[in-house]
Amino acid sequence: MLGACITLLLVSFIAFTMVNLIPADPAEVALRVNDTTPSEEAIEEIRIKLGLDQPFLVRYTHWLSASLQGDFGTSFTNANRSVFGELARSFPYTLTLAGISLVLLIAVSIPLGVLSAVYKDHWLDKIVRTFIFASTAMPNFWLAFILIWFFSIKLYWLPSSGATSWSHYALPSITLCMAYIATYIRLIRNSMLDTMQDNYVSYARARGLSEYQVIWKHLLKNSLQTSMTALGIGVVRLIAGTVVIESIFAIPGLGRLALSAIFNRDYPVIQAYILVMGCLFVLSNLIIDILQTVIDPRLKSEGEYQ
Amino acid sequence: MTQRLLNNKTALICLILLSIICLMGAFAPFLAPHDPNLADVINTLLPMSGEYPLGTDYLGRCIYSRLLFGVRTTLYYSLITMVITAAVGALIGIISGYLRGKVDALIMRACEVMLSFPYEIIVLSIVGILGPGIGNIILANFIAKIAWYVRIVRGSVISFNHKNYMLYSKTVKSPQRFIFAKHLAPNITAEVIILATLDLGWIILSISTLSFLGLGVQPPTAEWGAMLNDAKEVLFSNPEQMIVPGLAIMVVVACCNLLGDALRDVLDPRTEHKQC
Repeated sequence: MLGACITLLLVSFIAFTMVNLIPADPAEVALRVNDTTPSEEAIEEIRIKLGLDQPFLVRYTHWLSASLQGDFGTSFTNANRSVFGELARSFPYTLTLAGISLVLLIAVSIPLGVLSAVYKDHWLDKIVRTFIFASTAMPNFWLAFILIWFFSIKLYWLPSSGATSWSHYALPSITLCMAYIATYIRLIRNSMLDTMQDNYVSYARARGLSEYQVIWKHLLKNSLQTSMTALGIGVVRLIAGTVVIESIFAIPGLGRLALSAIFNRDYPVIQAYILVMGCLFVLSNLIIDILQTVIDPRLKSEGEYQ
Repeated sequence: MTQRLLNNKTALICLILLSIICLMGAFAPFLAPHDPNLADVINTLLPMSGEYPLGTDYLGRCIYSRLLFGVRTTLYYSLITMVITAAVGALIGIISGYLRGKVDALIMRACEVMLSFPYEIIVLSIVGILGPGIGNIILANFIAKIAWYVRIVRGSVISFNHKNYMLYSKTVKSPQRFIFAKHLAPNITAEVIILATLDLGWIILSISTLSFLGLGVQPPTAEWGAMLNDAKEVLFSNPEQMIVPGLAIMVVVACCNLLGDALRDVLDPRTEHKQC
């Protein structure tokens, strides 16, 4: 927990320092994005307004304490909008997209991973392995185009852009989860193959438990350990991966906000985005840690066994 | 070692294919029938023909010529990134493994923090702060990946330092340079090559994705990801435009992945091959 806080503090400091190391003057950028020709007085005025005339560490502590209270400042591009408002407006879209993808990811990768481990070297396993191979080599945005072409243009089934109804999320979430699905199928397959060698599996079989019980109750539960840790990182990777997906499918989410901020050099938004991603990362790891002790009681009472 | 690699059919085919693609990129000015950036408003979106082997895009540029020149950006930049990352990472790893002590602890601590964050976030944050551009993309990928090399090289330096033949070599006072060149370097090189080849596919995808978003190679320079972005403009009227660049990326990445897997089998027979 303490380590997580230190990591977060470090991330915030690096993000803040790097933004301040950029040769471009933020005050000038702030003026330019609003189509104002930067004169000396105007730059000076905006410097004071943005608090840029104060020393570096003072600005950092100001920024950090404000950020912790949810005040990320105002966007350079649109002075009427607070960065927090922008984040709050776009976050639900991204969360929905990532959430659906996560459910898809789990729903597809567990059965496929288990099947391909149980039927190792069978044609089923070969199909799954081919699928894994193809999906690791395929660029994500290309897959998005193929899906749009097939489902939106050819069959006219699903919408290709926007986020006004649930059907709008179908193609984006499939594309998003395809980027990471190979990793999880492979992880589950390998850890299933590992645990299959363990003694308790032979014991369970010797006790006369059905193959179904052995695989789905005993083997899977023990194999999920490694995959769970990966899933903790996976949630954040899904949210970070939305940058590409949201720009293709025109979903007004966090990824698109970050992308347009990068193009506009809108530093308050970029800083806030990095900080939010860091927080999400620490948070999801924490949740996974807790979930792991629920699934595997050995982790909780490790001391007693030793 | 080379013999074993040549006996592996998949590796051989991938290696030949990648070499041919690299050479085609190098000789692009001689092979390309047209100027890759020359727009021709009359001949837009043409199908395949004798003059335009793969047709033209929405600005009337020859897709085949752009594909050839795209090798120079997509593949060459990825190769440069890979070589720099592997070389610097290995160097820091060796230093860290040799010196141990406080320097080592500090480097390892930094690596841990870097490894704990997903690559996507590191790359995006750095590009976000430094702004778009191919130099920044290479730097971002470098930072995202370097910790891997440092940790693995450091690990093998330390483990090899305690091997009996190393201890013997030290006891009989072999010169430091001899020990390094004869015992340490071959082992480390093998590991770094495996890791780097497996990474190459990932770097290609990363660079072309960022270029697709407009954060990497800037138009009108031909790049496979940027070509797909051009194809996006006419996705509804001419969906066939997306086939060629997408396929190119997929073939190259697949080759790199297969080659990396094969190299691991050949160079590192100790580890049992379990990945698919």
